[in-house]
Amino acid sequence: MEFDFDVIRRSWADVLLTGMTFTLRLTVLAMAGGVVLGTLLALARLSGFRPLALLAAGYVNLIRAVPLVLVIFWFYFLVPYLAAWVIGADEPVRVGAFWSALITFTLFQAAYYCEIMRGGIGAISRGQVHAAQALGMRYWQCMGYVVLPQALRNMLPVLLTQTIVLFQDVSLVYVLSVPDFVGAAARVAQRDGRLVEMYSFVAVVYFVMCCALSALVRRLQRARR
Amino acid sequence: MDYHWNWAIFGELSPDGVNTYWQMLLSGLGWTLATSLAGWVMALALGALAGIARTLPQRPLRMAAGAYIELFRNVPLLVQMFLWFFVVPELLPRAAGDWLKALPQAPFVTAVICLGFFTSARVAVQVAAGIDALAGGQAQAALALGLTRPQAYRYVLLPLAVRIVLPPLASEFLNIIKNSSVALTIGLVELTASARAIQEFSFQVFEAYAAATVLYVAVNLAVTAGMNVLERRLALPGSLGAR
Repeated sequence: MEFDFDVIRRSWADVLLTGMTFTLRLTVLAMAGGVVLGTLLALARLSGFRPLALLAAGYVNLIRAVPLVLVIFWFYFLVPYLAAWVIGADEPVRVGAFWSALITFTLFQAAYYCEIMRGGIGAISRGQVHAAQALGMRYWQCMGYVVLPQALRNMLPVLLTQTIVLFQDVSLVYVLSVPDFVGAAARVAQRDGRLVEMYSFVAVVYFVMCCALSALVRRLQRARR
Repeated sequence: MDYHWNWAIFGELSPDGVNTYWQMLLSGLGWTLATSLAGWVMALALGALAGIARTLPQRPLRMAAGAYIELFRNVPLLVQMFLWFFVVPELLPRAAGDWLKALPQAPFVTAVICLGFFTSARVAVQVAAGIDALAGGQAQAALALGLTRPQAYRYVLLPLAVRIVLPPLASEFLNIIKNSSVALTIGLVELTASARAIQEFSFQVFEAYAAATVLYVAVNLAVTAGMNVLERRLALPGSLGAR
């Protein structure tokens, strides 16, 4: 068959601009929300208050046991009902694709970041906590000023690697017909009947970006050693 | 705001007029398991080869394995699924491509191939890490005894490495089960797709996804339990995992 570069030339700027912007925005915001929520979940799992620890562990294990696609469907249908319940509306609230996707990825990713942060917190030596307590710090001060900054720093490469996974996983919002990078390219592909060209283009762009990102993470890791 | 819960929906006949919704769900589970297992066999075989190549002294082989791993790790699974389903049949000679597209189970075959390659890259990383984790003396001792390199891998390095990488391999196996849901984008009616179909036919959103979730969790628990038994049986004597 003829490989038609022209369809890529005609549409790449548009697909990258609308699609990739959506994908990157979702990735960055979900990472920020996921790390914060994941850290709170990790603290909950490590908490001495057992019901809280069990609840957090249950959530993390449940999310990690089901496929992301299923979780996307869950939240896509669940979030409007939840929002209606929260604000006391009679009808399910229209949340919109971006917000629905952002909430999904934040909640999903939080379970994975939680386990990373739990490992990071667990690796901090007990003496650090004792020292903080001896200085008269309360629990939140000790966590906020002593433990979490070190855990975050130590786990940075792992957190970033997980974020590359998130960047790839965001492509799955395709199942909601959302205009992410894959969605935008698929639209052009179907409109022009050029599936081969557009999907190859998507693969190449992802490959280059992910290779660059992982090389960056590797450099970061080496620089710290 | 009210939602009409109806758990009895699973006993009702689905629009195909033959199967109940419950049978639809179970058929989905069957496709999920079949796809994951077939993909897993392929992933283990290719992953072991690439993983071994990654640890060999020959630089070209190591680099080829590294390139293989990077290729399959740096493109999202969904995009790889589309490449195998839409792009590869067009690049093959016309007759082969047409044959592939006309296969009655084309989505299943495509999903197995795609998941097999995708997962093999991850397996390769684990296998290579397992071999690297062995004390360097193991390989040297095996070679000093007069074993050839293939013999050293077969009789010494791999049996040891397999036991070390069993836990990460178990989580890769759980991943391939979850990842098989991506195949719904190319038309494979596995568990997640069945749940979505039930929701679309019956409008019972929460029951459909709850049932699918319970089935995924059950499969997870079963695999984890099985792996724990296997791990205890294979634990290296003298290591922390052994009794």
